[in-house]
Amino acid sequence: MKVIIGLIVLWPLVGFLFNGLGRNIWSKKVIAYKATGYIVASFIFSILAFLNVQSKGAFTAHYFDFINTATFKIPFDLKVDALSSLFLLVITGVGSLIHLYSTAYMKEEEAPHYARYFAYLNLFVFSMLLLVLGNNYVIMFIGWEGVGLCSYLLIGYWFTNATYNYAAKKAFIMNRIGDLGFLLAIFWLIVKLGTVSYDNVLTAESLAKLATPDITAITLLLFVGAMGKSAQIPLYTWLPDAMAGPTPVSALIHAATMVTAGIYMITRSNILFSASEFTQHIVAIVGISTALLAATIAIKQNDIKKVLAYSTVSQLGYMFLGLGVGAYSGAVFHVITHAFFKALLFLGAGSVIHAMHHEQDIRKMGGLKSKLPITHLTFLIGCIAIAGVPPFSGFFSKDEILAAAFAKSPIYWALGVAGAAMTAFYMFRLYATTFLGQFRGTHDQEHHLHESPLAMTLPLILLAVASSIAGAIGVPALMGGHHWLSHQLAPIVGEAKEAGLSAGMEWALMGVSVTIAVIALLIALSIYRKKADGEPQTALGKFLYNKWYIDELYEIMILNPLHKFAGFLKEVVEKNIIDGAVNGTGKFVQYGARQIRLLQSGQVGYYILCMVLSIVLLFIIWFNDITILKFFFKLTHKF
Amino acid sequence: MFLLLFLLIPIIAAFLLLFVKKAQTIQFIAMTSGLLSLLDAVYLLFNKTVNFDMPWLLILNSRFLLQADGVAKLLILLTAISFPAIFLATSKNERSQNNIFTALMLFTQAGLMGVFLAGDALLFYFFWELALIPVYFLCSIWGGEKRIAVTFKFFLYTFVGSLLMLIGIILVYTNTPDHSFLIQSFTKAHLTTTQSVTAFALFLIAFLIKMPIFPFHTWQPDAYEQSPTAVTMVLSAVMVKMGLYGVIRWLMPLFPAAFVAHENLIILLSIIGILYASLVAIRQDDLKKLIAYSSIAHIGLMNAALFTHNQIGVQGALIQLFSHGVNVLGLWIIADVIEQQSGTRSMKALGGLAKKQPTLAILLVGFSFANIALPLTNAFVGEFLMFNSLFQFNPWIAAAAGVSVVLAAIYTLNMVQKVAYGEVSEAISIMQGPNKNAQAVLILLLVIVFLTGVYPQPLFDVTADTLKQLFVK
Repeated sequence: MKVIIGLIVLWPLVGFLFNGLGRNIWSKKVIAYKATGYIVASFIFSILAFLNVQSKGAFTAHYFDFINTATFKIPFDLKVDALSSLFLLVITGVGSLIHLYSTAYMKEEEAPHYARYFAYLNLFVFSMLLLVLGNNYVIMFIGWEGVGLCSYLLIGYWFTNATYNYAAKKAFIMNRIGDLGFLLAIFWLIVKLGTVSYDNVLTAESLAKLATPDITAITLLLFVGAMGKSAQIPLYTWLPDAMAGPTPVSALIHAATMVTAGIYMITRSNILFSASEFTQHIVAIVGISTALLAATIAIKQNDIKKVLAYSTVSQLGYMFLGLGVGAYSGAVFHVITHAFFKALLFLGAGSVIHAMHHEQDIRKMGGLKSKLPITHLTFLIGCIAIAGVPPFSGFFSKDEILAAAFAKSPIYWALGVAGAAMTAFYMFRLYATTFLGQFRGTHDQEHHLHESPLAMTLPLILLAVASSIAGAIGVPALMGGHHWLSHQLAPIVGEAKEAGLSAGMEWALMGVSVTIAVIALLIALSIYRKKADGEPQTALGKFLYNKWYIDELYEIMILNPLHKFAGFLKEVVEKNIIDGAVNGTGKFVQYGARQIRLLQSGQVGYYILCMVLSIVLLFIIWFNDITILKFFFKLTHKF
Repeated sequence: MFLLLFLLIPIIAAFLLLFVKKAQTIQFIAMTSGLLSLLDAVYLLFNKTVNFDMPWLLILNSRFLLQADGVAKLLILLTAISFPAIFLATSKNERSQNNIFTALMLFTQAGLMGVFLAGDALLFYFFWELALIPVYFLCSIWGGEKRIAVTFKFFLYTFVGSLLMLIGIILVYTNTPDHSFLIQSFTKAHLTTTQSVTAFALFLIAFLIKMPIFPFHTWQPDAYEQSPTAVTMVLSAVMVKMGLYGVIRWLMPLFPAAFVAHENLIILLSIIGILYASLVAIRQDDLKKLIAYSSIAHIGLMNAALFTHNQIGVQGALIQLFSHGVNVLGLWIIADVIEQQSGTRSMKALGGLAKKQPTLAILLVGFSFANIALPLTNAFVGEFLMFNSLFQFNPWIAAAAGVSVVLAAIYTLNMVQKVAYGEVSEAISIMQGPNKNAQAVLILLLVIVFLTGVYPQPLFDVTADTLKQLFVK
C-alpha cells in the first residue's frame, strides 16, 4: 500500500520530468500519450487505494523525515482515508479527462510548448495530490503552494502576452496573502501543540489543550489561507482574471480541483472549526456573501469563460456556507458534483471557443446548437445540473447545503435560494445566448464551425454522464436513499447531524428552491433565446458589468499607496536620509582630512602601513596607560 | 593538515597566477584550485575534524588555530562551491589583467576560508581583513563608472566596523585569565557587565555592517552594482555570511547575557530592515540592485532568527546560510549573463528572454521561486524554521515579518515578468547563443536547490554539533 500511495503521487512527477526535460526531444504524440498516461496510471492506483480504504480503512505511509532536528520533527507522511481517497478519485479522474481533452485542444502549439504545457499540468496534479494526501499541515502547505505555482505558470502559459502575465502574477500574489495566514496558523499550532500531524492535532485531547481564543485564531488564519486558494471575499479577484490560461486549465485548476483546496482544508480540520462558533459564523457569512456577489456579477458578463469563472466563485461560496453551518459532507458533496459539472461546462466552453476560432464573447455567438450538437447537449446538461434541477447532481448537493443552512438560520437559506435563482438565470442566459437564436459571428467563422474531435467530445460525454448521475452518492433518506457519502465521510466529520426539520418542511424547502430556480431559468431562456445583451444601460447594469468596481477599489486603496510608499522609501528615505547621513559623516571626515592632507599620499599601501602602525600604537597605549582607551569605550558605549 | 589546505591551495594558485598571461592557463589554474578546495571541503564534510594548531605571534600569545564545527563546514563548502562556480560562469567575461584579477579572487577565497576556520580571535581578525583588502582592489580597479567613490565608501564603512571589532577583541583579551586569543579563553574572560556590553556592541557593529542590517546597509547596493559581477557574487553569496557567522561563532558564546539583553532591539532593527528592503526592492529597475535589496531582506531574517535565541530558529538560520548562498549565486550568474550579452541591467529595457533563450529563462524562474522560498526549494525549510522561531518570540513580529513573504513574491515576480516574459525586446534580441558554462553551473546549482529542498536532513545533520554547542551548556 505504501508503494501504491507513493506511485499515485510519483507518476505525475515522472510525467513532469519526462516532458519538462525532454521538451525539445519528443514528438507531440509522445508528449500527449505520456502526459495523459501518467495521470491515468495515477487514477488506476487511486482506485486501488480507494478500494483499500473501503475494505481495510485508512492507511498512513511514512517515507522519510522532511525536517528532523533535536527539538522538532515533520515527517513526510502520506495518508489515504475516507476523505483523501475521494479527492484522489476526483483529481485523477477529472484530471485524466482534461489531459485527454488537452491533447486535442492544444494541438496548434509547437512541440516544445506543447511539452511545457503538459509538464506544468502534470506538476499541478502532483502538487494537488500532495496537498490532499499529506498527513500533516506542512505537507499540505507544500502542495498548497505547489498548486499556486502551477496555476501561475499555466495562467501565464502564453507568456508573450502582458495581460496574461499580469493575471498570473496577481493570482500568485493574492494566493500568497492567503498562504501567509495558513503559515501563521501552522506556527500557532506548533507553539501550542508542538506538532502539525493530523493524527495529533485533530483529536479531542489536543482540542482540550487549546484555549478557545487559540482555536478561533488558528481557524481564522486557516480560513484566510482558504480565502486565497478558494477565491472568497476579499481575495477572489484573481480567479476571473485567471481565465487567461488555456481553457482546459480553467476547467481543471480553476474549477474542479485547486480552488476546492480550501474546502478540503477546512473539512480536514473540521474538529477545530466546529469548536469555534465565531469562526463558523465568519465562514458562513463570507461564503454566502461571496456566493451572492459573484452571482450578481455573472449576470452581466459577456465573456463565456468569465461567466463560468464568477459562477465558480459563487459555487465555492456555497461550499463555504455549507462548511460554516457544519454541513461538511454536504460541502464535499458539492465539491464532487461541482467538479463534474463545472469541468464539463468549461470544457464545453473550450469546445465552443475552439470552434469559434478563439472568440469568447457570447454576443458574437448564437445558434450553435445545430453546429455543435454534442457540445450543445452536454453543455445543456451542465447548465441543468448547476441550476439545481432534479434529478441532476447539482440539485442534491446544493439542497443538502441549503437544508443545513436553514437549520442554522432561515436567512442563510433565503439568501442561498436567491443565489440559486441567479445561478439558474445567468447559466441559462449563457446557454441561450450561445446556443440558441441566430448566429451573430462573422461569415468566415460560420463557415468554419465544426464539432470538436473525439478526444474533446469524449470527456464532455463522460462528464455529462457523471454530472447527471453523481447525485446518487448522496440521495438523502428523505427520498429513500441512504446517503452513501455522509456514511463514507463519517470517520472524518462525524455522523451527519439531524437537521431537526420535519420531512414535510424539508420537502417544502426543496420545492420552493427548485421552483424558484426553474422560474429563473425559464425567464432567462425567454429573454435571451432571441437576442443577446447590449451594452449595459442602467446604473445597476453598469455597476454589475464592471464587477462592482472592486478591482479599481483595490487599486486605489492598496496598490497605489503601496507603490507610492515604496517609491518614497527608495527615493527619499534611502537616498537622502540614510545614505545622506552616511555620506554626511563621510564628507565631514573628508573635510577634516583636507586639513591634514599632508599625511595623505593617496596610496592604499600607505594607509595600510598607517593602520598597522596605529594598531601597534594602540597596544603601546594599552599597556602603559589605559585611561585613553577607557574614554574611548565610554564614547562607543553611548551608541 | 587538510584544514590548512583551504588556505594554501588558493594562495599558492594565486602566486602561480602572477606569472601566467595565457587566458586558458589562468582558467586552468583557477579551476584546479577551486576544485581541489571543493574536494577538500567535501572530505571535511564527511570526516571528524582535527584542529590545526601552531604557535603564531608568540609575544601576544596568539595561536594559529584552525578548527571547523558544523556551520563552519557548511560555509566552507559554500565557499568552495562558489569560487569554481564563479570562475566557470564568468569565464567568458572580458577583463584586463585577468591573471591579477583571478589571483586577487583567490586571495579573497583564502581570507574567507580563514574567517570560517579561525579559532583564535586575532587570527580571525587577520583573516577578516585579508578577505576585505583584495575585494577593495578588485572593485576599485575592475568596477563600474562610479567605482572609486563607491568602493571607498564600502571600504571605509566595513573598515570602521573591523576596527571597532579589533578594539572589542583587545578588550576581551586583556580580561582573559591566561591572556590568550583562543576562543576557549575568550569564553572564560572575566568581564564586568559594562565591559561585556561594550565588547558585545563593538563586535556587533562590525557584524551588522558586514551583513548588512538596516540602517547600516547603504554601502551594499552601490557596491553590488559597481563591482564586477564576479566580485558581487563573492560578496553576496559568501562574504555577507561572515557577519552572521561572527554572530554564531563569537557573539552567542562570548556574551550570552548581553546577547539576550539586546535581542529586542536587534530583532526590531532586522524586521524593519526586512520590510524596508523588500519595499525598496519593489521599485528597483536595475536588476543587480533588485537582487541586492532582496538579499538584504533575506539576511535580515537570518539575523532576526539568530537573535531569537531559539533552537529551531537558529537551526533554520544555520542551514539558510548555505541555501541563501546557493540561491543568490544563481540569480547573480543569470543577471551577469543577461548584462554581458544584452548590455543592460535595466529591466525596462529587457523582456522576452523566455522566447530568445528558453533554458536561461527556465533557470531564472527556478531561482526566482527559490528566492521566494517556495516549498521543496532549499529556502523554504530555513525560512519556515526561522519564521517559526520569530512566531514563538512574538506573533505580531512574525506577522509583520511575514508580510515580506508577500512583498518578496511581488518584486520577484515583477522581475520574472519584466525579464523573461513578453515579446522579445531589443536588448534581449541581440543576445547570442546560450552561455554553456554558465548554464552548466546554473543547472548544478538548481539541482542543489531542489535536492536540499526535498531532503534537507544532511544539512541538519552537519550543523547538529554547532547547535548542541550553542544550546547545551
